[in-house]
Amino acid sequence: MNFPGNWNTMQLDAQGRLRHFLTVEGLPRRILTDILDTADSFVVVGEQPVKKVPLLRGKTIVNLFFETSTRTRTTFELAAKRLSADVLNINVSTSATAKGESLLDTQKNLEAMHTDMFVVRHQHSGASHFMAQHAAPHVSIINAGDGQHAHPTQAMLDMLTIRRHKGAFDSLCVAIVGDILHSRVARSQIHALNTLGVGEVRVIAPRTLLPVDIESLGTRVFTSLSQGLAGVDVVIMLRLQKERMQSALLPSEHEYFQRYGLTEEKLALARPDALVMHPGPINRGVEIASSVADGPQSVILRQVSYGIAVRMAVMSMAMGRSPGARETAAKEPE
Amino acid sequence: MNRIAIRNGHVVDPSSRVDGVRDLFIASGRIVALGEAPEGFTPEIEIEAAGRMVCPGLVDLSARLREPGHEQKATIASETRAAVSGGVTTVCCPPDTSPVIDTPAVAELVRHRAKQSGRAWVLTLGALTQGLEGEQLAEMAALKAEGCVGVSNAGRPIRNSEVLRRALEYAATYGLTVYLQPRDPWLGQSGFMHEGSVSTRLGLPGIPETSETVELARCLLLIEQTGVRAHFCRLSTARSVEMVADARARGLRVTADVAAHQLHLTEMDVAGFDPMFHVIPPLRTIRDRDALRAGVAEGVITAVCSDHQPHEPETKLAPFNGTLPGISALETLLPLTLRLVDEGAFDLGTALARVTRGPAEILGIETGTLTPGTRADLCVIDTEHAWRLEPDTLLSRGRNTPFRGWEFRGRVTHTLVQGRLVYELR
Repeated sequence: MNFPGNWNTMQLDAQGRLRHFLTVEGLPRRILTDILDTADSFVVVGEQPVKKVPLLRGKTIVNLFFETSTRTRTTFELAAKRLSADVLNINVSTSATAKGESLLDTQKNLEAMHTDMFVVRHQHSGASHFMAQHAAPHVSIINAGDGQHAHPTQAMLDMLTIRRHKGAFDSLCVAIVGDILHSRVARSQIHALNTLGVGEVRVIAPRTLLPVDIESLGTRVFTSLSQGLAGVDVVIMLRLQKERMQSALLPSEHEYFQRYGLTEEKLALARPDALVMHPGPINRGVEIASSVADGPQSVILRQVSYGIAVRMAVMSMAMGRSPGARETAAKEPE
Repeated sequence: MNRIAIRNGHVVDPSSRVDGVRDLFIASGRIVALGEAPEGFTPEIEIEAAGRMVCPGLVDLSARLREPGHEQKATIASETRAAVSGGVTTVCCPPDTSPVIDTPAVAELVRHRAKQSGRAWVLTLGALTQGLEGEQLAEMAALKAEGCVGVSNAGRPIRNSEVLRRALEYAATYGLTVYLQPRDPWLGQSGFMHEGSVSTRLGLPGIPETSETVELARCLLLIEQTGVRAHFCRLSTARSVEMVADARARGLRVTADVAAHQLHLTEMDVAGFDPMFHVIPPLRTIRDRDALRAGVAEGVITAVCSDHQPHEPETKLAPFNGTLPGISALETLLPLTLRLVDEGAFDLGTALARVTRGPAEILGIETGTLTPGTRADLCVIDTEHAWRLEPDTLLSRGRNTPFRGWEFRGRVTHTLVQGRLVYELR
């Protein structure tokens, strides 16, 4: 389907450089590759005794989280601090929004304090697009998860994990397993994998957890875990929100684990060197067995550490301060 | 101001099959002649309409006027002013005001305010159940006595099928038409747009087609059982059009309407997360839109309405699923309908019939025609006038329209209600 939402006019500046990071969908492959290359150069920063670079010194970054999150907010905060930025964490439960102030008023008030970047998590799909539409010219918006729509930095850290372990994308078969219906992570992963030219993207779930026409995003659909895992190079397990099992989507945790839980036996159906990934936090014994989560094929903790590097990359690129930005600008014709 | 002559206009009245240049004469609020002036007729006002179209005033089956209860959004005075500027001379107001129109006193209040504003006719639908809560029947006989032209639960569900059945039976007792907006209360209850490939991409919870068709099927079976005359409001799917056509072929007394925006927009328009495209029922697929157009052309759907829902600006200034659904649409009803003629969806006569006599027949009122002897509710349209819609120029207090920047051809220059000039384009 020819999708009409042209978000790149919003996400990229006149020179085709990243200005906001709202969604992976529609971004050119070169931008994704730039993010991964830049992130590669940042991985070592976290391994040094002094874990800081001065790229965003003097910049003020606001973590504006309307949904609770520990992991994502922490990695964004660490990423900003490692870039030497000043970071402000706005806790929505104590913010003016809880008193009835609109999202736009909150944004405009924070912009008036001369902030430079908002990292936004919001329960509504499209919330970061909304903020980008109303952002002051010098302000960048980074989507840290909006409703069920997108979680682009999570997808890019997954791509970095895959690339660092597998090299190229083109010959890979990647399976995403679990609650695709509600997952913003899965949607962003699917777009990223397809843009980076992966061989095949599979989604595996019972029909109640598959959105309508998910094939149109460029996926092959399986409702059997055993069939779907055959020959895959990467297995990405999604978190199953336990509260959803109370509704009509799944009969029980037990049945879900029986049918879709990743055990050592099931994993054996994939390629022997298949990676096991999970965006976290994991529910052991619900979507994944502990022996697999902690097993030799699991790269779950690597994902977490790469998350900081990817977020450093995205933040610095959106501020026009990535390590390669000066070089790229110098190459541009007058 | 009793006698008016409208000269040399291209008179188009689908109900009397008039389509040609005629003079039209009005006296004492009624049309007295088409063509030759009655003997001794001396007009006090003459309107030169050469090169313009003269047609019956539009009858709109659904416009939220927001009064009583939500005057911060709009008032009867502001919205009837907007109505007549768009050629709409009769608006029908659903009962979901605040308080709900479930007592004669509220119906009387609306009638009184409409009379004070003195522009378009305002008709009311009474509530089908008390408070629209779907539990106790409203006092339908009393509402009818106060002038309500039908009964409806607006967009609110009646979950209990026994209550629905009894409500239909009771309405049938008093010869009231029941206006039903089919929407299953569970299917897609947390949705914001059509469930399909676009909602999947956007991660916006979807409203499946079956939300409408499952409820439509339940209603049709109960209508068959009770024999009530029923009207289905705001159809949005191809399957619904088929179901209504089948029901009519079986002899059920059912009619249907569609909102004008549903004949132009689709789910694809939501792709930019623009809350102006947030409507209930949701914009559906291209196939649905084409089937709705065909339904209008073939007469399965005999009315096109505005589904006018003005909102204050803040209501739409948020992420898509943090906004309220609805379009300020009174002033785009005629332009969108005429545009369908330009696009070849159907001919001019059909288009005008669906916004004049078609809805008037559903409401059971005499207007929507230029037949001599009837009330002089009509408008004059400069069909060559090209214009561009800018929300700031809307007369409605609601500026929430997805049609910003759309180019239209055809603009109302004069609107008469009961022979009184209530709008003139300057």
